Amino acid sequence: MRVDFSLLLPEMLLAGLGFLVLIVDLVLPQERPERRNKAVAAVAVAGMAAVAAMALATAPDRTESVYGGLLFIDAYALLFKTLFLGVGIAVVLMSVEYVGRVIRHPGEFYGLIVFAVLGANLMASAGELLTAYIALELLSFCLFVLVGLTRGDRRSAEASTKYILLGAISSAVLLYGISLLYGTMGTTVFREMGPGLAINFSPTVIVGFAMLLAGIGFKLALVPFHLWAPDVYEGAPTPITALVAVLSKAATFALLLRFLAEVSTGRFDQWQLALAVLAAATMTVGTLTALVQRNIKRLLAYSSIAQVGFVMVGVVAMTEAGANAVLLHLVGYAFTNLAAFAVVVTVEAKTRKEEIADYAGLSTASPLMAMVLTAAMFSLAGLPIFAGFITKFYLFTAAADAGYLWLAALAITNSVISLYYYLRVVREMYISEPEVEPERIRLSPSSAGALWVLLAGTIAVGVYPGPLAAAVDAATDALRAYAGGA
Amino acid sequence: MSFFERHILETLIYLPMLTAAVLVALPFGARAAARWLSVASGLALLVGSLYVFFVFDRSVDGFQLVRVLPWFDPLGIDFRLGVDGVAVLMVLLTGIVAFAGTIIAANVERETKSYYVLLFILIAGVYGTFVSIDLFFFFFFYELAIVPMYLLIGVWGSSTKFKTFDRPKEYGAMKLVLMIVAASLLVWVAIIVMYNEAGLGTFSIPALSEFALSGGEGGGPGFSPEFQRVVFPLVMVGFGLLAGLWPLHTWSPDGHVAAPTTVSMLHAGVLMKLGAFGIIRVGMLLLPEGMQDWALVLFILGTVNVIYGAISAMAQTDLKYVVGYSSVSHMGYVLMGIATMDPVGITGAALQMFSHGVMTALFFAVVGAIYERTHTRDIFVLNGLASRMGWITAFFVIAGLTSLGLPGLSGFIAELLVFIGAFRTQPILGVLGVIGALLTAVYILRLVGRVFYGERSGEWDGVRDLSAREGFAMGVLVVPIVVVGVYPGPFLDVIAPGVDLVLAALGA
Repeated sequence: MRVDFSLLLPEMLLAGLGFLVLIVDLVLPQERPERRNKAVAAVAVAGMAAVAAMALATAPDRTESVYGGLLFIDAYALLFKTLFLGVGIAVVLMSVEYVGRVIRHPGEFYGLIVFAVLGANLMASAGELLTAYIALELLSFCLFVLVGLTRGDRRSAEASTKYILLGAISSAVLLYGISLLYGTMGTTVFREMGPGLAINFSPTVIVGFAMLLAGIGFKLALVPFHLWAPDVYEGAPTPITALVAVLSKAATFALLLRFLAEVSTGRFDQWQLALAVLAAATMTVGTLTALVQRNIKRLLAYSSIAQVGFVMVGVVAMTEAGANAVLLHLVGYAFTNLAAFAVVVTVEAKTRKEEIADYAGLSTASPLMAMVLTAAMFSLAGLPIFAGFITKFYLFTAAADAGYLWLAALAITNSVISLYYYLRVVREMYISEPEVEPERIRLSPSSAGALWVLLAGTIAVGVYPGPLAAAVDAATDALRAYAGGA
Repeated sequence: MSFFERHILETLIYLPMLTAAVLVALPFGARAAARWLSVASGLALLVGSLYVFFVFDRSVDGFQLVRVLPWFDPLGIDFRLGVDGVAVLMVLLTGIVAFAGTIIAANVERETKSYYVLLFILIAGVYGTFVSIDLFFFFFFYELAIVPMYLLIGVWGSSTKFKTFDRPKEYGAMKLVLMIVAASLLVWVAIIVMYNEAGLGTFSIPALSEFALSGGEGGGPGFSPEFQRVVFPLVMVGFGLLAGLWPLHTWSPDGHVAAPTTVSMLHAGVLMKLGAFGIIRVGMLLLPEGMQDWALVLFILGTVNVIYGAISAMAQTDLKYVVGYSSVSHMGYVLMGIATMDPVGITGAALQMFSHGVMTALFFAVVGAIYERTHTRDIFVLNGLASRMGWITAFFVIAGLTSLGLPGLSGFIAELLVFIGAFRTQPILGVLGVIGALLTAVYILRLVGRVFYGERSGEWDGVRDLSAREGFAMGVLVVPIVVVGVYPGPFLDVIAPGVDLVLAALGA
């Protein structure tokens, strides 16, 4: 079998970049940590930007696959790669100051982020279960380490331990499910597993598929596999919380969506109902639990559980419109959540505070950050002119169109309830009187720039989604079930 | 269409958004610049609204000044603008209140710039809802108008202390936003259901309306009567809440009292009309048979609104709460007029929306001016204001007389038309409506007597009367009240094609 290695160039370069970042950290003089930190971050950002540009420039016109369907190089993977590299760049940019003050290991920190992005990219390309599993583990291992990187912080250590233990169990479950499916089907390549999965209801297939879903559900923090999420979100260094919330979720959705669309071209009724129940439970539990949170990171953890439930609504539809809506929502969600986390990271780096009550007076301390966080909250709640409005509208319309009106109605109800806790954050920033006169927070040009870009992205998706929708549509056309348009 | 005609409707949306964007970019100290820019923008909006009013062709039924821009292909959403007769009147109302509001808002001292930014987002949302004829954008702008409310009330509003309990401004803000968003949940579900049921792949209101009309003898599928019967209540309650429909009106007094003056003017004056407008636009036009099934319920609830609002207003001791409950009462006439499904009644409802909008804006402007000077709104503490505040008294009396339906002012014509429509369809409810008007006279005249002409305690002898700027803003609001009162012809002509459109849908 001849393999065209040029197709894999972006991934190879990204792996090289990860090592390069580690080496740069090693060779730079140790006595000036601030400059070393900035230099390493600059290498990571420039490298990821270059890889993204190269991936876009060298993208093949049609769908290509290597190693007999193990990896796809197509528009679908390209869209996600661009998104993930963008997420990686944004996370590095927002964490420069945080790393300087809290972490103090720039090489490991940025290097592992690059490797995590690599894992996510491979998940979006994977066309075979074991490849997908390895990519997912690459991402997870990076995250396990990153979560525990704050040395001397007990919460961070506890979070990392929990994450590793539960993550290992979920990986075992996932792997066992894969082996059961392999035992029945004789293959792990998505396209060859074919219709057997949808119509074969032998106990082995049911158990195998259920275990696969459970393993993926853990990574997505679907209810009832979500219990790790709040502790990990709270304990992890805050930029890594953003990475877990955005990168790992989006990558797992990329994998799940491709798996479902490649395995079956027909309908999948029995499993659809199971997914629908998971979606309903996830968004309801996430929304109701978020109502009582006091820590901003825990609030965002539960809010992201609820958001995953909303995305699942689009996955459940299993139509092209549903898949398009999922992709569109993931892009909008990435901008929105990164904007929110950029503010939380900066506030924590400057004041070391992370309770919602500590945000009192932020509107005077830093009007820009207060405005960006407000926009992010409104977008997460699904209000116009922000991304969340159109993407949620699209998701729920697609689900209703596919016959899941009850799920759409439940999602809309949850979306309304969620407004309450998002407004609480806004209230602290603008209305509550701070106990001490807030000190004005000065933002570095790079964080201010990142905030403006993320805010602009959140609004751009909300007011002019046309071009993005076209790109998303081209991406899902690459999947077998949706080939050839709607 | 000329260049202006083609672009005027979108300009009414872009201009306030652009103003908000420019204001964001202004430095924080530039308070005077922010004020001048905002007032200039308000004036431009008024001119634009007047232009729409005069360019609108009264002899043609259907939507005019239509403009379609593709926006989101996957769902067939277009940025589709157009106005019918009712919408034109609402655009004019928005222009008048927005202009007066931007002038009054110059009184705001705290964070003037941010206040104007949020105010213009609100104005953009209101204009957008009135001129959108695509269901998605109708909903988009409807929600957009809610976005800034929480901060406007929460930051710049005022708390109320009662004898036994407090109503902090955060309470009013949260209640208003959550209730309206919860109601929009029903509207959202209704929109998705109608979109799927029609299966046209478009949210265009004209197309959906044509589809709805094609049912029955026309041969097309249409929306089935059962479907309409189930979906109409979603629309009625969802939009009705924003119109203050009893028993879901409780956000309105609390929210409007807590809000700063300009926001009360815009919200009670214009935004509540969005609710009634939504029932006409979505409910009657797209679900005519559902409307017929539910008309009696709406009629009864509207009548309860009138009576309940009036009685509640009589019981209030806070000047602003009196006006708040009087809004609930007067919106009842609008709901009654809509529920008559009679040409005269619907015309009355549309005119009442306009009349009440201007009148309430004037009310809130006056009450706001009194509060700024005396720092109280307690009607047992205020007394004899007429001797020191001649202009304030004059404006309050004009608003009050409009409210109780004095001939020669706009309220009289509007309510008369509603009553004629009501007597033609449900005479008993019509009688109850007239009783409501009498109750209005009781609480308004009692208020005028006590607060303005009552015995002077001397406590308020030091306060100033209106400044020329405030007087001008309120004068702007008085003009339409008087014009509609003495010469309603042009306004009725504008409403007529809009009513024809609705009646055609209802098959009357």
